[in-house]
Amino acid sequence: MSTTASDDFGQDVFVDGADWEVVEDAVGESTITVNMGPQHPSTHGVLRLVLELEGEIVRNVKPVIGYLHTGIEKNAEYRTWVQGTTFVTRMDYLSPFYNETAFCLAVEKLLDIEVPERAQTIRVILMEFNRIASHLVWLATGGMELGAIGMMIYGFREREHILDLFESQTGLRMNHAWIRPGGLANDVTDDFVQRCEHLLGLLPEKMREYEDLLLDNPIWRERLTDVGVLSAGDAVRMGVTGPLLRAAGVPADLRKAQPYCGYERYEFDVPTQDSGDSFARFLVRLEEMRQSMRIIRQALDILPGGPVMVADKHIAWPAQQSLGPDGIGNDPAYIRHIMGESMEALINHFKLVTQGFTVPAGQVYVPVESPRGELGYAVTSNGTNKPYRIHVRDPSFVNLQATNLMSKDRMVSDLIAIVASLDPVMGGVDR
Amino acid sequence: MNETYPLWVHLFRVVAVFLLFLLTTAMLIWAERRLVALMQSRKGPNRVGPFGMLQTLVDGVKMFFKEDVTPSMVDKVLYGIAPLVGVVVGFLSIAIIPFGGEVTMFGETFVLQAADLNVGVLWFLAMGSLHVYSVVLAGWASQSPYPLLGGVRSSAQLISYEIAQGLAVASVFIYAGSLRVSDIVGIQAQGPGLIAGVPNWFVLPLFPAFVVFLVGMVAEAGRPPFDLAEAEGELVGGFHTEYSGMRFGMFMLAEFMNVVTMSAIMVTLFFGGPAGPVFGPDWFSWILPILYFMAKMAFFIVFFVLLRAALPRIRYDRLMALGWKVLIPVGLVWVLVTAAMVLVNEQATSRSRVLIFGGGVALALLLFLVAPLFSRSTGSAVTEPRDTEEVTA
Repeated sequence: MSTTASDDFGQDVFVDGADWEVVEDAVGESTITVNMGPQHPSTHGVLRLVLELEGEIVRNVKPVIGYLHTGIEKNAEYRTWVQGTTFVTRMDYLSPFYNETAFCLAVEKLLDIEVPERAQTIRVILMEFNRIASHLVWLATGGMELGAIGMMIYGFREREHILDLFESQTGLRMNHAWIRPGGLANDVTDDFVQRCEHLLGLLPEKMREYEDLLLDNPIWRERLTDVGVLSAGDAVRMGVTGPLLRAAGVPADLRKAQPYCGYERYEFDVPTQDSGDSFARFLVRLEEMRQSMRIIRQALDILPGGPVMVADKHIAWPAQQSLGPDGIGNDPAYIRHIMGESMEALINHFKLVTQGFTVPAGQVYVPVESPRGELGYAVTSNGTNKPYRIHVRDPSFVNLQATNLMSKDRMVSDLIAIVASLDPVMGGVDR
Repeated sequence: MNETYPLWVHLFRVVAVFLLFLLTTAMLIWAERRLVALMQSRKGPNRVGPFGMLQTLVDGVKMFFKEDVTPSMVDKVLYGIAPLVGVVVGFLSIAIIPFGGEVTMFGETFVLQAADLNVGVLWFLAMGSLHVYSVVLAGWASQSPYPLLGGVRSSAQLISYEIAQGLAVASVFIYAGSLRVSDIVGIQAQGPGLIAGVPNWFVLPLFPAFVVFLVGMVAEAGRPPFDLAEAEGELVGGFHTEYSGMRFGMFMLAEFMNVVTMSAIMVTLFFGGPAGPVFGPDWFSWILPILYFMAKMAFFIVFFVLLRAALPRIRYDRLMALGWKVLIPVGLVWVLVTAAMVLVNEQATSRSRVLIFGGGVALALLLFLVAPLFSRSTGSAVTEPRDTEEVTA
C-alpha cells in the first residue's frame, strides 16, 4: 500500500484524518514537528499545516482547519431565503458570485421558477469576470509565495479593475449579495457593456505581461515543474475538482457537463494539461482566464433585454429604483403604488421584506464550476421561509485533503508551491 | 602601510569610510524601495524628505524605539551576540576598499581607504566567513524551528558560495600578483589593456571569474533570488524570525551593508575601483575618482535591486547544485587558466598572449557548455520516499 501519487487506478489512497488534541512530541527520532500557520505568510489566511520535517524534507503534513469558522451554514438556517445570499457570498470570499449563484440556483430549483434570460446572461458575465479576478489573486499570492514580488502587485492591480466593475454594478467590491433568488437585485447600469468591453480590451494585454514575466522564467518553471504531481486517478479518488483535476488531464467542467445559467449556448474550451504538476495548474488557470473572456464576449453579444427578476410578486424582491443604481432612491411610482393606492401591495411588500417568501419542502443539490472546482449547494427546505439546512461542498475544503499526498517527501519550498497551486480559500474551507 | 601618517589621517579615513558606507547603505534602502515601487507601479516612500529620501532614517529611529522582545527559550548570550556580529563584520569588511584616489590635505598625501592591508583580499574573504556566524548563531540561539531551518540553510549556502567566490577572487590576485587591494586597483588603472583603448579592468581578462563572483555575491549577500535564509514565503523570517526591535534592525542593516560591500568589492576587483579619466583642478581630481567609484557601485546595487524585483526565489537544492556543480568547477578551472596565463605571460610575446587568452576563453566556453550536463543529472526529486508502509497506518 502506498501513498505516493500514481496513475494506477488499482491503488488505494489513504487520507490521514482524525481529531487530535496534542501535536506529537516536538522532536522525533530524526524529525522535528513544525507548526506552519495558522499565522504564516504563505498559508492563505489561517490554514495550519503541522509538518513533520526531516531537515528540509517534509515527511508528513496534517492540514488543520477551523481557524476561520464563521458558522455561515448554521446561521443561514435562521435567516430568510433572500438573506441567505448575504451570508453565503462571504464563504469563499474570492468567488462571491459563484456562492450567490449556486445558492440562488438551488432555491430557484426548489421554487421551480425560471429566471429571466437577461438575469442569466448577466450572472454568467459576472461569474466569468469573477473567475478571472479569483485566478488573478491566485497568480498574485502564488507569485509572492515563490518570491516573485512583482507578480503580487500586478495581479492585484488588474483584479482591482474587475472589482471596480463589480462595485459599479452592485455597490460592493466583494460580498455583493446582488444575485438573488429569482434574478438580480437590480438591472445593470447603462454603461455596463461598455465597462465590460473596456476590461476585455485591457486584460489580454496584461496577461501577456504575466506570461512574459513568468512563463519562460527558468526559476518559475523549476519551482513548479514536477512539484505537487497529482495523477488523474489520485485526483478523482481524492474528490479533487477544478483546475487541479483538469491539470491532471481530466476535462471535467460542470459548465459543459451540467450546464446552468445557459452555459450550453457559449462556445469555449476546457483547457487541460497532462502532467498534473503545479506548472500544469498554472497553465490551465491562465488558459481558463482566456476562455472566460471568450465567454464574456459571447454573452455581451447576446445580452437580451427584458426584466432581471421573475415577474411573480410573491418572490421578486421589491427593489425598483429610479434615482440611482446604488440603492439610493426608490421609484416614486412604486412608492405611490404601495403607499397610496393598494393596501394589498403594501402588505405584500412588508411581508416579503420582513418575512420573506416560503419555499416548497424538498431537497436539492446544485453544483457550479467555481474557480476552485465544484462548488455545490445542498439545500433542504421544510416549506417555511427559512432554509432547514444548507450544506456547501466547497472545492477548497475537498482539494485540501490532497495536500499530504502531493507534498510528502518533498522540500519545504515545494510544499509552499503546492499549497499555492491548490489555491485554497479558508473562508470557504471553514464556512 | 609602510608610510606612517599622523593619527588624524587614520581617524579621518576611518570616519570618512564609515560615514560614506552608512550613507550609501541608507540610500540603498531608499533606492531599493523606490525602484521596486517603480517596477510595481507604486510610488514607494515619498513623504519624509525630498522624494522620501529620509525614510530610512525615520525607520531606523522607529526600530530603536520599538520594544525588543527576547523570547524566554532563547540562548540569551548568543541571541544578543548574533546581530552584533553581523553589523560589525559588515563594517569591517568595507575597510579595505579604496573609495577614491590620492588626496592631499594639510600637507599629508594619502589614499581614501581605511586600511591598505597586505592581505587585503583575504581580509574580505575572512569577514565573509565570519558573517556566517551571525546567521547561524541567530538561527541556533532562537531555539525555534523556522530560525533553525534558516540558519541551517544559510550556513550551507554561505559556505558553499564562499568557496566559489574565493576561487573567483583567487584568479584576480593571481592575475594581479598581489593580495594588496591598492595594487589590484593600481594595475587596473594603468598599463595597456588587452584591447587597445579599453581600460585594463580585470572584468575582461577574467570574465568567467567575474561571472562566478557576480552570482556568488548575490548568494553571499543573501539577496533574492538566493534569499533562502530568510525566505519569507517559506520560513516566515528565517533566521531573524524571533528578533524584534533594534536587533532585527541590525540584521536588516547587515543585509543591506552586505549588498554595498559586495558591490564595492566587485568594483574594486573587476572594474578598476575608483579608476577613470581624471582632469581639472586639484579638488576636482579628488572628487572624480570618488564619483567614479560610487557610480560603478551604484550600477551593481541597482543590479541587486532589479534581481529582487524580477525573479522568484530559487529552491534550496537547486541553489546548492548551482554552487557546487557549476560555479565551483568554473571557478576552479579558471584559477588554473589564469595561473597558466600569468606564467606564460612572463616571457611571451604579444602574439602568444593573444593566443593564450583565446585558448583560455575557448576553454571557459567549453566548460560552460559542459557544466549544465552535470547540473541536470538529478531532476527535481528530492530523496527517495521513506519506507511507505509505516506512513499509511
